[in-house]
Amino acid sequence: MSGSNVPQPLIEARNLTMRFGGVTAIANVDLSVAEGELRCLIGPNGAGKSTFFKMLTGQVMPSEGEILFRGTRINGFEPHDIARLGIGIKTQVPNVFDGLTVRENLWIAASRRNRGKATERAVARELERLELGSIADRLVGQLAHGQRQWIELGLVLLTEPALILLDEPAAGMTEDETVRTAKLIGIIKQSCALIVVEHDMKFIRMIASRITVFDRGRILVEGEADAVLSDQRVRDVYLGKRAA
Amino acid sequence: MKIAGIRLDLIVPGVCGLALLFGLPIFLDLFSLLQVTLYAIMAILALSLAFIWGYGGILCLGHSAFFGLGAYAYAIAVINIGESTAPFLIAILVPTLAAAAVGYFMFYGRISDVYVGVMTLTLALILFNVVNSTSGAQYHIGKAPIGGYNGLPNVPGLNVPFDPDNSLDPGDMYYLCMGLLIVVYFGLRWLLTTRFGRVAVAIRENEKRVEFIGYDSRLHKLATFTIGGGLAGLAGCLFVNWGAYVSPTTFSMMQSAQVIIWVLVGGVGTLFGPMIGAVALSWLTVEVGSQQLIDANLLFGAILLVFVLLVPRGIMPVLIDRVWGRISLPRRPVFTAPPVAAREGKR
Ligand SMILES: Nc1ncnc2c1ncn2[C@@H]1O[C@H](COP(=O)(O)OP(=O)(O)O)[C@@H](O)[C@H]1O
Ligand SMILES: [Mg+2]
Repeated sequence: MSGSNVPQPLIEARNLTMRFGGVTAIANVDLSVAEGELRCLIGPNGAGKSTFFKMLTGQVMPSEGEILFRGTRINGFEPHDIARLGIGIKTQVPNVFDGLTVRENLWIAASRRNRGKATERAVARELERLELGSIADRLVGQLAHGQRQWIELGLVLLTEPALILLDEPAAGMTEDETVRTAKLIGIIKQSCALIVVEHDMKFIRMIASRITVFDRGRILVEGEADAVLSDQRVRDVYLGKRAA
Repeated sequence: MKIAGIRLDLIVPGVCGLALLFGLPIFLDLFSLLQVTLYAIMAILALSLAFIWGYGGILCLGHSAFFGLGAYAYAIAVINIGESTAPFLIAILVPTLAAAAVGYFMFYGRISDVYVGVMTLTLALILFNVVNSTSGAQYHIGKAPIGGYNGLPNVPGLNVPFDPDNSLDPGDMYYLCMGLLIVVYFGLRWLLTTRFGRVAVAIRENEKRVEFIGYDSRLHKLATFTIGGGLAGLAGCLFVNWGAYVSPTTFSMMQSAQVIIWVLVGGVGTLFGPMIGAVALSWLTVEVGSQQLIDANLLFGAILLVFVLLVPRGIMPVLIDRVWGRISLPRRPVFTAPPVAAREGKR
């Protein structure tokens, strides 16, 4: 697209800042993620990870700075416009349609891009991929936490985004469920870029990727998993606080 | 099983509707038929709110605004024009446009659900006060006086489209209102199976997720609200024709409250229930009105209280679980989920 040899990043945050009254949740963050990349975002509670996602998806307007998606400035876009450009999000608190069945949930998402029989086929494919076939006609509100997380993941995947943001996808999951989620991410990353916020160190090692560490709204370090996880500063702010 | 369930879902109301449409005129005298015509009109009004509130999740506290606009638009237009074809369409168009305009500000302004309720209530109050206080001869639209608190008596009735000499008699009015009720009911049923309808319901469930998927929730809510406003207007237009009279009470708080009670009693999130609620409570209003012992408002207050406390889901969801649940398990989204055990059997 751009004339230079440096590939254009998929998404790029420039000098991004978000203030809530007196609280600065995100301060001058520069971050870019390439097409197809898997990035982990870690940091203690309140570091600003969820707020960062909210800015990328148009839920809040950045106080300063800009967000470029494939070179287009998307600050101030409506959330549904951003979704249509190709950014999907699984939020920290699951957002699903509790009063509808699993199949109906997926149908809503599938019919964004499909019509008629193709919608049904897309739903069937997703039910199979997420192994939700046996509960397809249950109301989502009645399902266990882990299952609801996967359904939300299904809603995101069916819109076929170029970038998926996952905010603590394994939170509250059992060991087995966590392993399965990590495997799913392995499959998903073959078709799109991901930014994953997670606390669970084991989980992060499982999906092993480049890591960005947030601390009090700023980027502390960025690098490959091994280097970052053994970095003393990271241990101090992150692991130290977690244990407390 | 699901196919059988869906069919029963359509067949039962379909057969009931047609049986009533063609059967009642045989068995009922003219007075009772007139009464049933009124119930059918109120059922259309109930459906309009059942759609935007029960399915769209938009609580309209001032639904009488659109009912009254339909009524007055018809009355004023027909007095000016004479022939009723255009007035009938105007009566639907005016409340539709009003709902679209108000809806645009509410939904594109992203005001919260509570304020949507307050704004619609305010709209109805304003309209009531404006119409109520325009009783002088100086207030008129074309040939039609607005009439203030006296309303407009002797409003000419509907005629066969484009044939002013051929006006509808009470028997024709019955077929028209009952027929329109059936059309509106099945029309909404169909609408709810389309992508638009399903997204509207999804917005009720979780507006954020709908936007993350990439649908413009504002546009969908606006469309839902506008359709509901138009249908309420249709009911208003039929109501004027039924009584040949319109008064500001069509805009009143009591009118808005009644529709809400019909939907609540029948079941928020169903279409059939609110129709039953409208018919049952309208019938009760007539019965209570003919005696002096119990105050009607008090009775409605008591009924509302009983339902909110004891049957919060309304009649229809309970009926479906208890009776139909055994046979077919027709599933429609409701606020409170049916018993797990009943659903397990389906798989
Ligand atoms: N809507 C809001 N109003 C005020 N403060 C907020 C709001 N959202 C987040 N914050 C604050 O911003 C900071 C970052 O929060 P958050 O992004 O949720 O952190 P994380 O997801 O990393 O745990 C916290 O101090 C939080 O209290
Ligand atoms: Mg968070």
